[in-house]
Amino acid sequence: MSPQFQQARWSEPLLSELGTPGERGYVPTAPEAEIAAHAPDPLAAIPPAFRRSTPPRLPQVAQPQLLRHFYRLSQETLGNDVAVDFGLGTCTMKYSPKVNEHLVRMPEVQDLHPAQHEDTVQGILEVLWRLEQMLCAISGLDRFTLQPPSGSAAVYTNASIVRAYHASRGEGEQRDEIISSVFSHPCDQSGPWSAGFKVVELYPGPNGYPELDALKAALSNRTAGIVITNPEDTGIYNPHIAEFTRLVHEAGGLCVYDQANANGILGIARAREAGFDLCHFNMHKTFSSPHNGMGPAMGASGVKEELARFLPAPVVEKRGDRFELDWNRPESIGKIRSFVGNAQIAVRSYAWILALGPDGIREVAETAVLNANYLATRLREVPGMSQPFPTSNTPIEQFRWSLEALREETGVGSADISRNLADYGFQPVFGSHHPFIVPEPLTPEASESFSKEDIDAWADAMIDIAKRAQADADDVLEGPYRNACRRIDAAALDDPERWVPTSRVERAKGAVTGD
Amino acid sequence: MPHPYIPNSAPEVRREMLDAIGVDSVEDLYRPIPSELRFQGRLPLEEGIPEEGRLRRHVEGILRRNTATTDVLSFLGAGCYQHEVPAVCDEINRRGEFVTSYAGDVYGDHGRLQALWEFQDVFAELIEMDVVTTPNYDWSTAAAMCLRSSVMLTGRKRVLVPAALLLDRRLVFQDYLAHDVQVDEIPFDEATGLLDLAALRSAIGDDVAAVYVEYPNALGVIEHQAAEAVEIAHEHGAMAVVGADPSGLGVLASPGSLGADFAVGDLQPLGMHMSYGGGLSGYIGCRNDPEVIESLPVFIFAKTDTLAPGQHGFGYLNFDRTHYVKRGEGSQNGGTTTALWAITAAAYLGLHGPEGMRELGEGLLQRTRYAADRIGALPGVTAPRFTGASLKEFVVTYDAHDVATVDAALRERGIFGGKDLSVDFPSLGRSSLWAVTEVHTKDDIDRLVATLGEVLA
Repeated sequence: MSPQFQQARWSEPLLSELGTPGERGYVPTAPEAEIAAHAPDPLAAIPPAFRRSTPPRLPQVAQPQLLRHFYRLSQETLGNDVAVDFGLGTCTMKYSPKVNEHLVRMPEVQDLHPAQHEDTVQGILEVLWRLEQMLCAISGLDRFTLQPPSGSAAVYTNASIVRAYHASRGEGEQRDEIISSVFSHPCDQSGPWSAGFKVVELYPGPNGYPELDALKAALSNRTAGIVITNPEDTGIYNPHIAEFTRLVHEAGGLCVYDQANANGILGIARAREAGFDLCHFNMHKTFSSPHNGMGPAMGASGVKEELARFLPAPVVEKRGDRFELDWNRPESIGKIRSFVGNAQIAVRSYAWILALGPDGIREVAETAVLNANYLATRLREVPGMSQPFPTSNTPIEQFRWSLEALREETGVGSADISRNLADYGFQPVFGSHHPFIVPEPLTPEASESFSKEDIDAWADAMIDIAKRAQADADDVLEGPYRNACRRIDAAALDDPERWVPTSRVERAKGAVTGD
Repeated sequence: MPHPYIPNSAPEVRREMLDAIGVDSVEDLYRPIPSELRFQGRLPLEEGIPEEGRLRRHVEGILRRNTATTDVLSFLGAGCYQHEVPAVCDEINRRGEFVTSYAGDVYGDHGRLQALWEFQDVFAELIEMDVVTTPNYDWSTAAAMCLRSSVMLTGRKRVLVPAALLLDRRLVFQDYLAHDVQVDEIPFDEATGLLDLAALRSAIGDDVAAVYVEYPNALGVIEHQAAEAVEIAHEHGAMAVVGADPSGLGVLASPGSLGADFAVGDLQPLGMHMSYGGGLSGYIGCRNDPEVIESLPVFIFAKTDTLAPGQHGFGYLNFDRTHYVKRGEGSQNGGTTTALWAITAAAYLGLHGPEGMRELGEGLLQRTRYAADRIGALPGVTAPRFTGASLKEFVVTYDAHDVATVDAALRERGIFGGKDLSVDFPSLGRSSLWAVTEVHTKDDIDRLVATLGEVLA
């Protein structure tokens, strides 16, 4: 094991356990005496039954202790700034430039109200408009909305647009099926389901991607469209994708491209040339906005011109030198979220694309593909590692391989290996979305932000853990050891009798059992 | 020139990596993509700006065309509010470890998971609900998700919502529900601004999945009949979704105490900058009922033990209920939402404690009373328009003046007036919704009143 790494382990008490009754960490500005005198009983207008009867059971802690607590928790978090995080395949962990963090903290971004008059927000509207132009160039599609606050919200948005399109043609009732693939992201099924569709999933053929015949069998006059990634989770690019989109169009459906992660094909291949009508990009994946520990985020949804009338309101229009929000959209699907979306994310992604330009963007893609393939090459050295599907496939972006052989040999599976990466200062590696078609899966993704040294160090750690598993399985099964917490009792997470989402639940259980 | 964001630019390193892979060039790695699908040429983008200084000047130049609310006097609210942001909240949510983390698991992100669990834990005390989830995108989407859950849990296809609803909220419900759920609006009383309970009683039936109420409502009125609405829902086997602005909950009855099945609202007032709407975060609370939890796709973290005695560990509560596992078979859409704001809200509540939240709520009530009365004393103005109590917003109606014209005149004098309601509520005539919070001093309010008086004269 690496002698160098030891994560902070503060064994912090819970927030609710901090402080002492009577302490406090903040004093909100009190109203002046004249205001207080005007309304001496602040609650006078509130019916007694609607007043809070008992003060909330919140912590009572002074500022230094509270700040220290959260700083320590941050130190027990392997964000990409402090750790090589290409374990999160399909998530495109990459460098989020610090200058962009400074930009979004300008008062002219963070202190804007979303209902300000347009004259006072020309700058942010211009950024939204410029980012839309950039995404049109990168995808080949015609219009984008930046309102969806995540990738899955963008897929959902696109599914809603598909629904509105067929409804506008009088086929809304009939076309109630969306086709997706099992190696596409789960939101490519749950998004359409939430928008009211039945979902038909295609399974991979021998090459790792769905066969044309499987698609043909799924198509009918009920087909509303297809929602699919390419390359899929496996990193395998479906070379027949243009044939897929042609067949779906022939059947009367629309084609939706999930490009949450488009990192390996920026400037290389676009949605338009592959025949897609809609697509989306995650600004917090491919376009460098930080992931914020699971949001806020942005999924930008793009459409061809003929579908633009269905986009959620408002859209940003440029009229002369002025930027305006167009709310007059009678055929719009409605809204995906309040206001225009997470505008600060647009600032970051705009600045990132601008910093790179057309050549830099292409270098991002080429470096990502180079890194992915170099990583794959190194991982062939891991004992018990195998590549499902034809080994001639060169991964684009992430790739999904298997430790089944190691599991059979040692009893140590991919989840065990993954967990132990935390002992080497790496974020554990993502296995697979469900279902686990590839046994004992691992899905790493080395974006352009990682150096050869980073990749080598990660591959060396993987090799080391696998060798340790061969030598002493229990050593790995009980790991990790040098991170912030030891192996958890996971059964308590799934058992309603035992799970503890809050202290209130814990107290209620205690009251029942008399603890 | 190597780009500062991209390592592995040195030709010898690239060569070494290509040799190890066994190909001549990166182009060889793109073999799986058929040539007819390859994009030919250079993307039509502006030339890159690799120099940080030049990039910064350029982007700042664009953004400086905005006017920040901190440079004027703003009374805009309507779903996004100018509250005090404690410096500690800003410090915590700029920590790179949190900002650049993502879906890392139990063993890499122990601290992030503890912080998110702590959010659930302290927020549950504020709303008095046993379970709190990782927040959804905003109040509107949190409400829509819980209404959809109610539809899934009851098998019924009609929901009742107040007519006193922000337009944004109405449009989110339209998209998220209306394709297969009937969304009926319950009118408000024209004098009080409160829900018309008689109308609710006549609209409800055994086909109703849920009743939604919120306080304050879109007219700024504290819906103090929420408990009655919950009871009416429950009498008909419907679920009750209750929305509440958390900034009032130090002094107002909590959704849990009102009998809510689901509690929703926005965390933005609790330490988030407005960021043109980017600070929103929709909390969700529910009962500790496995079936109810099953219907929600948002993450919930649970506290558990580890191999080290006495150590806390944290993990995903019933991950199998999420869309990551159910895919297209009965799960709502989940995914990345607003975790960083949950951590921030936990810090905010920890800083304020029960006393701070009480003082915040009382101060809001007092300032709003003062501002509404002062504005209402101006000739040609009715304020507050409704007699129902306000937390931090109230409707102002002009007898003769057009809202947009008054707003333009105020803007010239450095004041952003309330949100024009002519689109959201045309029936209210020349009305606007004004928000007053702890960022406003007496001098601010007095200056507004004097200026508004001049403009209306």
